[in-house]
Amino acid sequence: MATLKINGKEYTIEADSSMPLLWAIRDLVGLTGTKFGCGKGLCGACSVMLDGVSIRSCLTPVSAAEGKNIITIEGVENENKVLQEVWDELNVPQCGYCQSGQIISAAALLASNASPTSDDIDTAMSGNICRCGTYPRIKNAILKTAELNQNSN
Amino acid sequence: MNDIHIITRRSFIRNLGLASGGLIIACSVPTTSTNDKKKLRAFNGSTFEPNLFIQLKDNGELVLLASRSEMGNGVRTSLTSVIADEMEADWTMVTVKQATGDVKYMDQNTDGSRSVRTLYEPMRKMGATAKAMLKAAAAKKWDVAATSLIAENHHIVNPATQKKLFFGDLVSEAATMPVPENPPLKDPKDFNYIGTDLKSIDGPGFASGKPKYGMDIKLDGMKYVAIARCPVTFGTLKSFEKDDATAVVGVEQVIEIPKINRPFGSLGGVAVVANNTWAAFTGRDALRVEWEPGANKGYSTEAYTKMIVDNVHQKGKEVQNIGNINRAFANAEHIVESTYTMPHLVHAPMEVPNATAHVKADGSCEVWAPTQDPQTARAEVADFLKVDKENVTINVTFLGGGFGRKSKPDFIVEAVAASKAINAPAQVVWTREDDIQHSYYHTISAQYMKGALDKEGKVTGWLHRVAYPSITSTFAPDTGYAAGFEFGMGMTNQPYPLENILCENAKAPAHVRIGWYRSVINIIQGFSVNAFVDELAAKAEKDPLAFRLELLGPDRIVESPDGYNFDSAKLKHVLTTAAKNAGYGGSLPEGHAIGLAMHYSFLSYVASAIEVSVVNGKMKIHKITSVIDCGTAVNTSTIEAQMQGAAIFGMSLTMYGKITAKDGAIEQSNYHDYQVVRMNETPEINIEIIKSSAKPTGVGEPGVPPIAPAIVNALYQVTGKRYHTLPLKDHGLV
Repeated sequence: MATLKINGKEYTIEADSSMPLLWAIRDLVGLTGTKFGCGKGLCGACSVMLDGVSIRSCLTPVSAAEGKNIITIEGVENENKVLQEVWDELNVPQCGYCQSGQIISAAALLASNASPTSDDIDTAMSGNICRCGTYPRIKNAILKTAELNQNSN
Repeated sequence: MNDIHIITRRSFIRNLGLASGGLIIACSVPTTSTNDKKKLRAFNGSTFEPNLFIQLKDNGELVLLASRSEMGNGVRTSLTSVIADEMEADWTMVTVKQATGDVKYMDQNTDGSRSVRTLYEPMRKMGATAKAMLKAAAAKKWDVAATSLIAENHHIVNPATQKKLFFGDLVSEAATMPVPENPPLKDPKDFNYIGTDLKSIDGPGFASGKPKYGMDIKLDGMKYVAIARCPVTFGTLKSFEKDDATAVVGVEQVIEIPKINRPFGSLGGVAVVANNTWAAFTGRDALRVEWEPGANKGYSTEAYTKMIVDNVHQKGKEVQNIGNINRAFANAEHIVESTYTMPHLVHAPMEVPNATAHVKADGSCEVWAPTQDPQTARAEVADFLKVDKENVTINVTFLGGGFGRKSKPDFIVEAVAASKAINAPAQVVWTREDDIQHSYYHTISAQYMKGALDKEGKVTGWLHRVAYPSITSTFAPDTGYAAGFEFGMGMTNQPYPLENILCENAKAPAHVRIGWYRSVINIIQGFSVNAFVDELAAKAEKDPLAFRLELLGPDRIVESPDGYNFDSAKLKHVLTTAAKNAGYGGSLPEGHAIGLAMHYSFLSYVASAIEVSVVNGKMKIHKITSVIDCGTAVNTSTIEAQMQGAAIFGMSLTMYGKITAKDGAIEQSNYHDYQVVRMNETPEINIEIIKSSAKPTGVGEPGVPPIAPAIVNALYQVTGKRYHTLPLKDHGLV
């Protein structure tokens, strides 16, 4: 038995404490926006925010996430809606599969660095693979979101 | 000829999975397979063969029944926009329903960069038909001539009275109107959506995690399945010990998956059935399995590469012979020879192969899967279950990337086999290791090229000899030789009008499953042709751009029976445009150089100019400039995205792409040893789309082939070295 707080809501699940958070979220809680890509923390498709930091849920056991604030793609709306809107406006996704993880990493970056440079973005986003090659538009979306947030402050 | 029809028969509409009512317009798009036509006739009971469908509902919603798979290609958006444009529909009123796998939806195989190419004209005609019928309905209501009316933003408008009627309110009347013979098509200058940056119709969902990919399907009572397969292709199961697997919490049973000897059959193995994916994976890892590796156990990349290099250095089978190559070499002032090798590659889409199947008690079967080819999946499943195809439903989910991998439904057959064995819905999920080690690989290759130059540096002879395991080896007994369609991807249709050409094929038998991979053999033959021309230019002491333009010669058209003629002026234009956009010939920072390459594939013309430098022995790619002429540009945002993605895909294979076998087993396993390009390595990528009113041609694949040769050609300018073997990581450059 484990209790996870995901997007502000508590879920009690029957999970072995060594089960990676990814599979608890997908198979037991039933939130499927978080994706499986490699199972080894190499691609970032499974990224979720754990207390504001983008982590790889495929390597993080449920026991390490208990009592912490987990944000998945389904909860990003409350974190950074502008980012999602810009993502759509710039037509960033191709197949879309890695985009949940990309948006999580981008939202975590912007939460800690309101006006990232191109190098900052490279550093924060290079753990997230996109096989379709949407990197140029991802970078533009992050820069544009930062700009919009600056202007509205 | 595309015949347009109105569908009113209720049973037919139900069969399409559409709600009844509204105006349903169908088009018969010619299919290439006569067999399919026969089946369609049986289905419809007549020669009427509609296979492409749109529905305008009475609430105004316009639904496209999408027959092609969405895998990042933007096809759901592009196709819909063509109809909406012709109809003058409001884009916010347009939706897409994904068709199941069925011959009644024409050829659904989403490959060959041909969805827009083959459907553009039928889609326009359907849109024009719908518009004409809506006008006729409004004309009847207002008692005016239909020709006096116009369509505008989902309304029919009478300019004389300024009255307007909503499309939805005209639907029932329109459905009773005669179908016009040849409704006029819009003048391209009046297009609203075609030729614009139209956003993805699925975009907002992608940004919030909503679209359902294969693994996101959850059924009541569904079990999760992971399969152990023989490390050596086509090896068989000897024995297994399951106790450690069944001891894993969540594991419910361990079963055998049969090996099916068909091109897309399951490889066979031992399946662990569990109540969650993690338990299935963990249980699978705990299995102890003994395999009989079989005939391919001797396959090792190092020895094999040596063998095919030897083979291309000997006389092969002639596949093209023009002029007299021996005389050309005998009379040459200079001879240039090079041998190129490239390894196997694997698609590694972000979403691993997976499928969910439910074989029901009545023998019917329903599948949900990310497939590029649902009809082939349906046929394979029906064959496996020994039932009629009508008993098999293939639901196409979103694809988390395909790149050719998901046109082969072996993973779907596995899910069906598992569901049948356990009498419950089963979801088979491959791990990334499974994906890398049990794929249908892009083929390994060796190529030998020999060129003759005269005193003026003119190319007088061209010998191109290739050896690569053929894709046909997956479908038929392997002869060790490749097929015409493979030679036609950049070798026998290379763009230069030379007097003496000899193309040959040397032997290369297959020891793994070989399959399509984005751009296919164009990657291989596009690499050697573009790299070799650069070497000839250097020998002739000419500028690589000027040399290519001279070699292309006067503009010429090569006629093709399919109506898509090769126009050398277009290839020349993309090349000179790419060079200009990249600043070729201008001043560059110290140590930088620009390499060029161009390639004609999937009926589109692409050139790339790539700026690189090498600092402390490591290559840096500073800028990729690509130009495409793909005829009419339907969605410029999608085309730009596909070209950017193709550049990055091309970079990955040039820098890192390498799958190797040792004793028959694939040595790589995940993204740490099968690396792909990440954001920090991505340079500025500049794309230009040539404006054209010609018929649309391929977009998804043509951007890949010029990338590798443009990079190595640039490296030569910087280092003075020719890189004949890929990937570049083997040379320590990355």
